Amino acid sequence: MSVLIDKSTRLVVQGITGREGQFHTKGALDYGTEVVAGVTPGKAGQKVEGVPVFNTVADAVKETGANASVIFVPPPFAADAILEAVDADLELVVCITEGVPTLDMVDVMRVVEGSKTRLVGPNCPGLISPGKAKIGIMPGHIHKEGPVGVVSRSGTLTYEAVYQLTKRDIGQSTCIGIGGDPVIGTTFVDALELFQADAETEAIIMIGEIGGTAEETAAEYIKAHVTKPVVSFIAGQTAPPGRRMGHAGAIVMGGKGTAADKMATLEAMGVTVVKSPADMGQRMKDILSS
Amino acid sequence: MNVHEYQAKALLARFGVETPRGTKVDTVEGALAAAQSLGLPVIVKAQIHAGGRGKGGGVKLAKTEDEVKTIAGAILGMTLVTAQTGPEGKLVRKLLIEEGLNIKDELYVSFLIDRAIGRTICIASAAGGMEIEKVAEETPEKILRVEIDPAIGMRPYQARQLAFGLGLEGDVLKKAVHFLTMLYSAFRGLDASQVEINPCLVTQEGDVLALDAKLNLDDAALFRHKDLLELRDTDEESPLEVEASKFGLNYIKLDGNVGCMVNGAGLAMATMDIIKLAGGAPANFLDVGGGASAEQIKNAFRLLISDDQVKAVLINIFGGILRVDRLAEGVIAAVKELDVKIPIVIRAEGTNVELGKKMLAESGLNFVTADSMQEAADKVVAQLGGAA
Repeated sequence: MSVLIDKSTRLVVQGITGREGQFHTKGALDYGTEVVAGVTPGKAGQKVEGVPVFNTVADAVKETGANASVIFVPPPFAADAILEAVDADLELVVCITEGVPTLDMVDVMRVVEGSKTRLVGPNCPGLISPGKAKIGIMPGHIHKEGPVGVVSRSGTLTYEAVYQLTKRDIGQSTCIGIGGDPVIGTTFVDALELFQADAETEAIIMIGEIGGTAEETAAEYIKAHVTKPVVSFIAGQTAPPGRRMGHAGAIVMGGKGTAADKMATLEAMGVTVVKSPADMGQRMKDILSS
Repeated sequence: MNVHEYQAKALLARFGVETPRGTKVDTVEGALAAAQSLGLPVIVKAQIHAGGRGKGGGVKLAKTEDEVKTIAGAILGMTLVTAQTGPEGKLVRKLLIEEGLNIKDELYVSFLIDRAIGRTICIASAAGGMEIEKVAEETPEKILRVEIDPAIGMRPYQARQLAFGLGLEGDVLKKAVHFLTMLYSAFRGLDASQVEINPCLVTQEGDVLALDAKLNLDDAALFRHKDLLELRDTDEESPLEVEASKFGLNYIKLDGNVGCMVNGAGLAMATMDIIKLAGGAPANFLDVGGGASAEQIKNAFRLLISDDQVKAVLINIFGGILRVDRLAEGVIAAVKELDVKIPIVIRAEGTNVELGKKMLAESGLNFVTADSMQEAADKVVAQLGGAA
């Protein structure tokens, strides 16, 4: 088992004819993901890596039975691309695009709420169920099938965690990058709920960072609903207040959202918090073998 | 992007938000002329990108022309230290000269995005002129809040709820409702991430105005507000950060001596953290991004070492899209061209890692390589002679 994506995933790539879209379509196909369609308005009839291109998501769904989409369109058009995918009733929409205006996402979330669609991102690496399917930009080869669910606000730091696990021969059920923006679709709590319900997932790594209160909310949820062990690292222990650390959402404002607060809250709710990013894999190994 | 108070007020006024009459000046003569045309008394306000200016001595009332000259002369060119500037303070280059008003009440109003619910919210309080965080902590019952549905915007009843909650009535209440509605349209129209009016003034004559205005614009939305790009004041930013932004690099200067170059914001923060845990101190945050070219790496490296506090460099790259050979090429070129003498520790994983490592080893340059984050952090601290 795994969550959100597996062998039954039929993917449409929005923005498939762009540089990023083409590159990662090849990556997904190489990994074994069923990429059934691409969308670029005005380019219907073309093929990219053998995948047929359509003008609209609706056309792509009608012709190919796609049930998930990944978005590589530039920031000014990303919100519209998400809305188009939601309108086509896709179950899963993954927005990779970085730099979507926050108020665009406020509008988008108004539509996503109450729709059939689960949105992941924006500004995220996507998700992967090792050995089954990958939707996104992560290097597939560092992953390995297994029992640990990984959820993270960061991209490359997730690769680091996965690498530490795989090096210790610990595989992953699904890795979900939820993205570093202030307003996002799938949250830590959503991912935790999925991992808790997934029979294959035995333990969870949750990688947070400064800014907002998503980790605190997750901590409450874990205490109330999650019986599987959770290991957590929070990035930005040395970040200065009031500065945006790369991710639009990574900022300590008015003394709120510090790494220290998040770590203390998680610990108080029974989560195993590692101070050093180098300890994520080993601590998980200790827990799984105890 | 942050803008100055005088710029924020001009932008808000475009949307019908009431602001005091005022003029931006950068000389004492200008201040005097502005005061003469506005009429005395006036308020002389330092324009820097930081709050707490009043307490720091950057905002003063001037009742006579002589006072205008003395006060403007004293504030212009001063290094203003406030709770938000850090101990080094900020040089004052501009002033806002504003008409004096008859204060009846000072309120607090702000619009921002509540990340937990993904909605714009309006926060209001009758306790204006104070730090809102303090009010929220000590007297949470004084904080009013409404959530705005983006599909229908701020409705009049929501503005009334807030205005009644602030204890307003009659004409003042009507004016406050208008003020809040206009302020929300400005927030949306400017793609702001926050607009804070503290204090929002009720005058003895019954007018409602923005006495102060703090406006943060969403950088990601500036593509549709090209005119706002001109409002950026690079004098308010660190020179290295201005340089970095020219190359599209995400760079933030810190106080330590270990320069860091990392791909990805989360990994960059984690790298800073592990340097600290190993006993060192990071000199910066630097995210070179996912698809950095050799040229980009070279620019990043040049920037990093132009900070003379940097005594050693730690490069931590987890190549997903980024190729390690490309990284190696960029670093080797930069080190040769810039004749770098300080130690460089490199930890790289990902696409073409073997080729990249080979290039580094055969470069004839003295790189220290590491196979994990921990090893890299330990080695860079050791290069500096152990834990600080």
